[in-house]
This record gives sequence, C-alpha cells and structure tokens, in this order.
Amino acid sequence: MRRQKYMTDAVPPEVRPKPAVPAKPPHVAPPPIPSHPAPTLSGASVRGSGGSTLLGYIGIDTIIEQMRKKTMKTGFDFNIMVVGQSGLGKSTLVNTLFKSQVSRKNSDWGREEKIPKTVEIKSVSHVIEEGGVKMKLTITDTPGFGDQINNDNCWEPISKFVNEQYEKYLKEEVNIARKKRIPDTRVHCCLYFIAPTGHSLRPLDIEFMKHLSRSVNLIPVIAKSDTLTPEEKSEFKQRVRKELEVCGIEVYPQKEFDDDIEDKSDNDKIREVMPFAVVGSDKEYQVNSKRVLGRKTAWGIVEVENLNHCEFSLLRDFIIRSHLQDLKEVTHNIHYETYRAKRLNDNGGLHPISTAADTQESNL
Amino acid sequence: MSTFYRGTIESILSSCITVWGGSCTDYNRKALQRIVNHSCERCKSSSSQFVQPPAIWEELLQEPQWPRYHSAPPDSKNENCGIRAEFIGQVSGFPGLACGGGVNESEDKTSSFVLHRLLSRGLSVVAMSQSGEKGKVRPAELMEEYSAAPPSQFTEAAGYVGFANLPNQVHRKSVKKGFEFTLMVVGESGLGKSTLINSLFLTDLYPERYIPGAAEKIERTVQIEASTVEIEERGVKLRLTVVDTPGYGDAINSQDCFKTIIQYIDNQFERYLHDESGLNRRHIVDNRVHCCFYFISPFGHGLKPLDVEFMKAIHSKVNIVPVIAKADTLTLKERDRLKRRILDEISEHGIRIYQLPDADSDEDEEFKEQTRVLKASIPFAVIGSNQLIEVKGKKIRGRLYPWGVVEVENPEHNDFLKLRTMLVTHMQDLQEVTQDLHYENFRSERLKRAGRAVEEEGMDKDQILLEKEAELRRMQQMIAQMQAQMKMKPGDD
Repeated sequence: MRRQKYMTDAVPPEVRPKPAVPAKPPHVAPPPIPSHPAPTLSGASVRGSGGSTLLGYIGIDTIIEQMRKKTMKTGFDFNIMVVGQSGLGKSTLVNTLFKSQVSRKNSDWGREEKIPKTVEIKSVSHVIEEGGVKMKLTITDTPGFGDQINNDNCWEPISKFVNEQYEKYLKEEVNIARKKRIPDTRVHCCLYFIAPTGHSLRPLDIEFMKHLSRSVNLIPVIAKSDTLTPEEKSEFKQRVRKELEVCGIEVYPQKEFDDDIEDKSDNDKIREVMPFAVVGSDKEYQVNSKRVLGRKTAWGIVEVENLNHCEFSLLRDFIIRSHLQDLKEVTHNIHYETYRAKRLNDNGGLHPISTAADTQESNL
Repeated sequence: MSTFYRGTIESILSSCITVWGGSCTDYNRKALQRIVNHSCERCKSSSSQFVQPPAIWEELLQEPQWPRYHSAPPDSKNENCGIRAEFIGQVSGFPGLACGGGVNESEDKTSSFVLHRLLSRGLSVVAMSQSGEKGKVRPAELMEEYSAAPPSQFTEAAGYVGFANLPNQVHRKSVKKGFEFTLMVVGESGLGKSTLINSLFLTDLYPERYIPGAAEKIERTVQIEASTVEIEERGVKLRLTVVDTPGYGDAINSQDCFKTIIQYIDNQFERYLHDESGLNRRHIVDNRVHCCFYFISPFGHGLKPLDVEFMKAIHSKVNIVPVIAKADTLTLKERDRLKRRILDEISEHGIRIYQLPDADSDEDEEFKEQTRVLKASIPFAVIGSNQLIEVKGKKIRGRLYPWGVVEVENPEHNDFLKLRTMLVTHMQDLQEVTQDLHYENFRSERLKRAGRAVEEEGMDKDQILLEKEAELRRMQQMIAQMQAQMKMKPGDD
C-alpha cells in the first residue's frame, strides 16, 4: 500500500496544537544543485537521475526549513496507551520516558487505590515543551486489565476505545463543513507490558496482542526487568519472539511496511532487540559522582539509562527520537485507513451511522 | 582425642557447631577453638564436594559467643543446663552439638548428667576436659562411661525417681521411626517456586523440567504433581513430599483453578480418615498437606483477587504461609510497603494464615528474640537460587546481575534464612496444627454430613408426601377455576 503524504494546516481557535503531518525527512544531504525538482513533496531525492538539471541554486530545499518552523509554531500531539497488569510499573515508565510527572498516578490517583472490577480507560493530557517544540501528550491508562480472576474478553473495552477514536476522526473527516484541523485522539502507540516471569508469554498476553496488533501499533515491553539476569533476559526474549512469530502477531515496526532498504535494516536491528527489557524510575541517586535515575537496592544501584543494565534508553530513542513521526504516520495511513475502508464497505456508502450530534451538524 | 576429632569433623560436615561450655575454663575454650580451627582448615582445603554455607565456618574461626554457666550445685541446675543445650541445638536447626565441659570432681554430677541427656537424644556429644589436671578423667573414657551408664545411676540423688527420662525415650523412638512432611507450593508460573524448593532443601527435585509455551498453556488445566524425596541428617530421617500445582493462575479464566487443589487436599484428608477408621492402623501413611507456601507476585501492589479467593477457600484446610517471591525486584522500602499492604489485606478479608506459636516464657531469651523476629517478617520475601557465584573469594549461592550480586543466604538481602529456620523449627508444630485443627475440622464436617444424609432420607419421604398433597390441592383449585370460567362463557354468549 503506497503511503500518501500530505499536510493539514488550519487551526481551529480553541485547540492550539495540531497534528501536522509533514513529509518524511529525506535521507539526503542537501546538495548545491538539486538534479530534479520534486514533483510531489515526497522529499527531494537527489539520488535519482533523470529530469532536468538546474543551472543554479533555486532554494527548493528551504521548504524543509519552512515546514520545520511551522511545526514548531503549531506543535503536534501524540497519544500513547499503556496496557498491562497492575503493578508492572506502567505509570513510572511513562514518567521516566517523558522525564516529567505526566502519568495518571500524579494527577488524581493514589497508590493505595483498589483494583477496579472492570477494565477502565482513563486518559490524561499534558502539554510539554522542548527546544521550542510543543507537544500535547495524551496518556491512556487501562487499570483493571488482567487483574480479575476471570479475564475473559478484558481486551474488549480497549478495542472498543481504539475504534471509537477512529470513528470520531472519521466522522469529522466525512463532515461537509470540516474543521481546519481535526483533533487527533487516535492512539498512535500502545505499549504492552509483559510480566518478567522468565518462562514465556501468558495466554492473556497472546489473546490481547492477537486482537489488537491489527488495529494499533503495538510495542511489547518487558516490565521490571531488573528481576532477570542477562542470560535469563536473552532466553526469555528469544522465547517471546518465537511465540509471537508462531501466533502470527505483528508488532510495530511491522515488516510489511518497510519502505526501502535503509528502513528495513534499521528496523531489523530494532526487531532483534525487541521486546525491550526496561526498568523505570523517577528517583535519582549518586553513582560515580553523577546523578542518575535508578533503583537503589542492598546489592547495587540499577541505572535506568545504562545500556548494560536495561534497555530503557533504546526504547526511548526508538519511540521518541527516531520513530515518533513514523508511529503517527502508520496510524494515520494504515490503521485508520483500514478502519475506514471496513466501515465504508459495511455501510455501503459514505454516510456514517448518524447519531444525534451528527444529524444536528448535517442540518446546519 | 580421636573421638573428639571425629565428633568435631562430623559436626562441621553437617554444618553445625554449637558449643555449650558448662563450667569450662579459658584454657579449655581456647583448646577447643584451636581444634575447631584446625579441623575447619583441613576440611576446607581437602575437599569441596559438599556445598556448605561458609558463613558458619567464618563465625567459628572468629570468637564465637560461648554461653558460660558458672558452676552450680548439681541439684538445682541439672535440668536447666540440659534444656538449654538442647535448645541451642534445636534452634540452630541442626541437632549436632559439641559440648566442652571441664569435668572436675565438684562438677562431676552436673556435667555427667548433661552429657547423658544429650547422648540419649541422639545428639553427638563431644566432651573435653582439662587434660592432665586432676589427672584421671579423660574424654574417651568419659564418653564410654556415660553412654553406657543406665539412668539408674542417678537414683542416688535423693528423691529422684527417673521418669524425667520419658521424653528421651519418646524422642529416641520417633527419631528411629522417621518423620513425614508434605509441603504444597502454589503460585502462578514463573514465580520461582521450583527454584526455591531446590534451594531450601539443597536438592534438585525437578531434573527434567519442560516449560510449556503460552499457546499450550491455553489448553491446560491445573494439575497436581507430587514428588517425594528422603532426606537424612544426623540419623534423623525425613520423608519430604512436595506437591506442585502447575497451571495455577495461567488460564485467562482462572475461576476453576483452585477446585482441583481443594479436591486434592480433601482427598488426602479423606484417605487418612478412612485409614484411621480402618481395622489395621499400624502403618498409616500420612499424606495430608501440612503446610502450603503461597507465592505472591512482587509485581503487584498487594494481593490480587485470585490470591484472596484462593486463600479464603483453603485457610480452613491447610496452614498457609504467604511468601513474596522474587524479592530481588523490590527495594527495601518497597518490600516493607508491600509486606504491610499484604498483612492489611489479609486481615481485611479475614484470612487465617499460619501463626507462629509464641515462645514459652521459660525459654531462652535468644529463642524468644528469634521467634519475635520471625513473626515480624511474615510474609517472607525470598529469593531462590542454586547457582554458585564467586564473591570476594568465597563461593556463595546467589544471582549475578550487572549491578551487583544478590546473596540468597544474606539476611539483609532477603528472608530466605528466616523461612528455612521457620520451616525447620516449626515442622512439628505445623504437623500438630494440621492434625488437631484442620483434620479435626474436616473429620467433624464429614461425619456430620454423613449423619445428616441418613436423616434426610427419612425426612424426604414425609416431605414428598406433603408436596404431593399440596400439588393435588393446587390441581383441584385450577380445575375448579376452569370450570367456573367455562360456566361463565356460555353465559356471556
């Protein structure tokens, strides 16, 4: 499936940050003379030959700079969902990832709260800023998942939630008078927390991943991995990878969506290390005259950002520093399109299921 | 002195030396220390086939705390000395005792009485005396003399009948018969149950372990696997059965997973009841579950609903000892918080876990302190491992991480030693509670139920008659109603 790249630009007055989806940054160094003009904004790929050669410097490559400025002004949003049994360190990990107290734990939830009887979905939003770039970060938590005695279909509320977000976006898109910038609440990334038993995946894990890997970008993570020694860690990972393969579960980055060789090799490197074995912490300790985030025990200090201890830095670089944009694109171009196609096929037409709100709007 | 050497080496090999110095002088003490040191060095250098906790050796090589008892007139202190020595032996967990006592004539009666008591309990006794001084009495002769001496030797003391030796005889008989103990381990898979059992009993109970993948686990139900192993230590035989429950808590819907376990426990009780009511009661095999280690996952914030339900279902059938598994996940603060949380939830739901009996008031201060410490550490946070790791030149059992080494037998790292002490010193009590409380409950329930069943049959007949009559009356009413309706209808027409 070819990926379409396009931009949305307008800003509705109330909602400031927008999901600008600029083109993927091209893998080239800008040469002095671009050898052929970019027909679409699919990046000035100067590698290719053909087309007319320019006789001087025009300045087409400054479009990158313009896009960058625009993104900085408008900011963008990112929605992440964390799923796993209670006590696996989900909220702590999210706090560690974004180096601020962004999770549900700190807004309205105390540590002493009881396990809810059904799976609930709770979202918390924050706007964080770094280097002039603003990001509206939404974290969706799912307390009660996998905690009951009978966990049949406990993934259904989550599946429903994901589809609801797609539905919302679809409704906005199909409207006659569209908003300039559709608020994007779709889940871009779902972190699934695996308990570090050291043996293998549990039946619940497999069922959940089977049901959700087709509708959302799923990234499995081994939680509280300071339980495992390095040998146990690699054995466990191998077993998990094999089981995922056997059950046909495609986790992000999906093999089928690799664009070109470079992508494939980058992603293959990541796939060899997945699932990431992480440790989260929001406390700092002194180690060798440095302040590091870590966990202090009677036999040593586990450093969160030390690659010998755990793979947190790899996860962070992967999600935030290199694949943040890609996560959003895959959600928009692939998962959302799949949902949309299914919905339109089911209905046999363009009109979505009308609810009260819908009929009001179309009457306007 | 060959007996002495032999005794010392034997004690070292069984990894225990406790010394009771009753009225021994400094000279005796230092001599004994020297001998122990030599033996330790010899044993260490000669062979490393056995896995011994070197911690005890280190203690010995330093100055051990030798309780000193000043000389006392024979009559008053006889009992106390013997009892103290025994408790030191029991409390250290291993019934091996090296006793150094200076035997001079004035203390003759005391020391000899104590020696005799210890010998009769099957404890290995090493006696040492001030060789050369007061010349005649030498250790080898002492040992022979006192092991051969019948209890009647002591009837010389005024008013002494001798039935105080009854416990010794019982003890000797039961040691010969051997003990049986059944331990059940329950917990989700991957919590380290098998590793912990192997670490506790220093065996490998599961040589060929096959860990099923997740896809296979979907189809599996809870199974019960019992493995038996015979352990012998210092003449005491223990037949240990470990009942494992693979598949517990694995399925997506764990509603039924404890039915199998409860059925198993009830079956064991049933079998014992049947044997007990049978004709030939000589060789009743006691397979009842004496203790259940329930493994709590350290990853949660306390007890899960499954934990609560399961414990509520079996707390009236078996002694539950909650254990926090894989405790190296937790920092000290997290561990304390989790323990407190678990205890709160246990009392909140009214779950009755096994309570350690309080130390009697006439026991050693040390023992009382130990019991207090044990009671305060429930639930025990343990780590299991059978891998030997080299730390500072010593080989210890532990887990090697890039940031440090967790030692299994370090009381600061985890409660493994406390769990082992509790199990070993309270094995008898666990069996007693199973017999007196849980089994009797089961028995009375069973017999009541059997009695009620017979009554109900008689009652049923009457009830059936009544019901039939009520039905007849109802039918008659309905027919009357229908007739009335029919009469009305033609009227309407």
